[in-house]
Amino acid sequence: MSATRYAIGLGLRRGWTEFLLSLRSPQDQGFYLFTAVGTLVFLWFNRDNELEGTGLMYPTWALPSILGALLAFGVVIGPAFALAMEREDGTLLRHKALPHGMQGYVTGQLTYHSLSLLPSLLTILVPSFLLFDDLMHQGAAGWLTVAWVVVLGLLATLPLGMVIGSLVPSTQKVGTWGMLPVMLLTAISGIFFPIQALWGWVQAVAQVFPTYWIGLGLRSAFLPDSAVTLELGDSWRTGATVLVLGAWAVAGALVTPRVLRRMARRQSGSQVEAAREASLQWVR
Amino acid sequence: MSSDYSGEPVISVSGLRMAYGTRDILTGVDFEVRQGEVVCLLGPNGAGKTTTIEILEGFRLPSGGDVRVLGEDPATAGDAWRARVGVVLQSWRDHGRWTPRMLLGSLGGYFVPYSTPERTRPYDVDELLHTVGLDEHADRKIATLSGGQRRRLDVAVGIIGRPELLFLDEPTAGFDPQARRDFHELVHRLSDLEGTSILLTTHDLAEAEKLADRILILTNGRIVADGSADELTRQVAGTAEVRWACGPERFVHPTDDVVGFVRRLVEQQGDELTDLEVRKATLEDTYLAMVQRFEAGHGAAPVLEEVPR
Repeated sequence: MSATRYAIGLGLRRGWTEFLLSLRSPQDQGFYLFTAVGTLVFLWFNRDNELEGTGLMYPTWALPSILGALLAFGVVIGPAFALAMEREDGTLLRHKALPHGMQGYVTGQLTYHSLSLLPSLLTILVPSFLLFDDLMHQGAAGWLTVAWVVVLGLLATLPLGMVIGSLVPSTQKVGTWGMLPVMLLTAISGIFFPIQALWGWVQAVAQVFPTYWIGLGLRSAFLPDSAVTLELGDSWRTGATVLVLGAWAVAGALVTPRVLRRMARRQSGSQVEAAREASLQWVR
Repeated sequence: MSSDYSGEPVISVSGLRMAYGTRDILTGVDFEVRQGEVVCLLGPNGAGKTTTIEILEGFRLPSGGDVRVLGEDPATAGDAWRARVGVVLQSWRDHGRWTPRMLLGSLGGYFVPYSTPERTRPYDVDELLHTVGLDEHADRKIATLSGGQRRRLDVAVGIIGRPELLFLDEPTAGFDPQARRDFHELVHRLSDLEGTSILLTTHDLAEAEKLADRILILTNGRIVADGSADELTRQVAGTAEVRWACGPERFVHPTDDVVGFVRRLVEQQGDELTDLEVRKATLEDTYLAMVQRFEAGHGAAPVLEEVPR
């Protein structure tokens, strides 16, 4: 269908436009800066901590994990907020009123949130390499691993954000239904300290979700082979990483279109109007 | 405006019902809109105007009844149908970082595959910006536009695909008088030059009278009146009100036969008459009378009777 292809092309362009607008917006620049400075300050204060028995410095160990957590967090919360908000402010309705508009809209969202990952990762990665030594131990092969883990992680988590954004009753509820669970998950996924420090059942829970596996995959890309002793089962479990992230990606690809269609079906002008009135009351 | 509306009606609704839970919003709506007509849907708040329009737009599923829009059921119609229909939405803060030019370019693109030699789609963006009077603001951030400018943009987005049928839900709410007049001109132009059929809702009766070829009054979940402004006014008894005074005493009398009544009045009262005023019933009088009658709860069909004043 050429109209569908055409709409997807428009969606890609829409995502790119949104990305450029976001880069130029002081609000978004502030957000990137805040996240980057916060992370770097945290790593800087822990720069002399050595992880017991490995000879690894804390920043070396934590950087890949934090990048993984940022990816998972940004790619879930970003679309969740965007979708919840754009359901209320009429962006989505505008596309619903167009032929093949929803396909274009969703393509735009996927494009925009994937691209947004670049500044959020680069603003941490680049200064980190200037401030700390010995971050990348695996050379070119390591960067290749970074690339596929990021892509697979994106595919595994992006649908989650879209689903949360479609299901939450209002933008204010994204905090409760999106932010809170994702932060809890980040806390138990071995990002800030090795996962072995936690109880067994918590480890099991963490291993169901993508955050842990993205962190693990990125650690396998950056860290020296000796650091594998800090992992569960003393292994990078690359096969399992691909499998778990792949399963989330497939599940997402199957479920998300259905959830989006259901959400789009319910979208109407009176819904936007109701949200507008609710938000006016919120301001008062 | 010409009155030769040819072919199939662009909208035909019969027995349309809508219930939310146990609350009946629409209890049996019937009407038609013919090609090229401008039809205005009037009714008190909560009468179901927006619900009706949203069903016709395909944004809401009715509980029952038969709805055909451009020959298809909007609930199941596909994207080719969507390309022929324009919807003017009341959004309020979407695309704040975009400019009108960018937004119209982006949204207009979706109509390109549906362009035909007879009806090229979408409109040229510059031309459209000029038509709605936004050329000066074309490259400003949408978030910085005034309420009226935003509504013009909403209208532009609604018609970017050169629709054959356009839905406008309270299009001029929040317009200043100048913007309102500009908008009325735009509606006339769309209807006359493009042959666009238009269904709009409004609370402004003067606007309805000015724009609409035909007016529908929706109250208590059904259409209680259907006709031109003149026809509706004639349906309510006492199309005019004669007020006069004899010295300090003042009188009011509703009548259909103004000339006859005034002649008799002058013959009877002669020099006693100190003041005389004839007031034609307006659409507003008619509307209020009809709505009051049906809200009072009686009358399943529009029964004509004397209205006490």
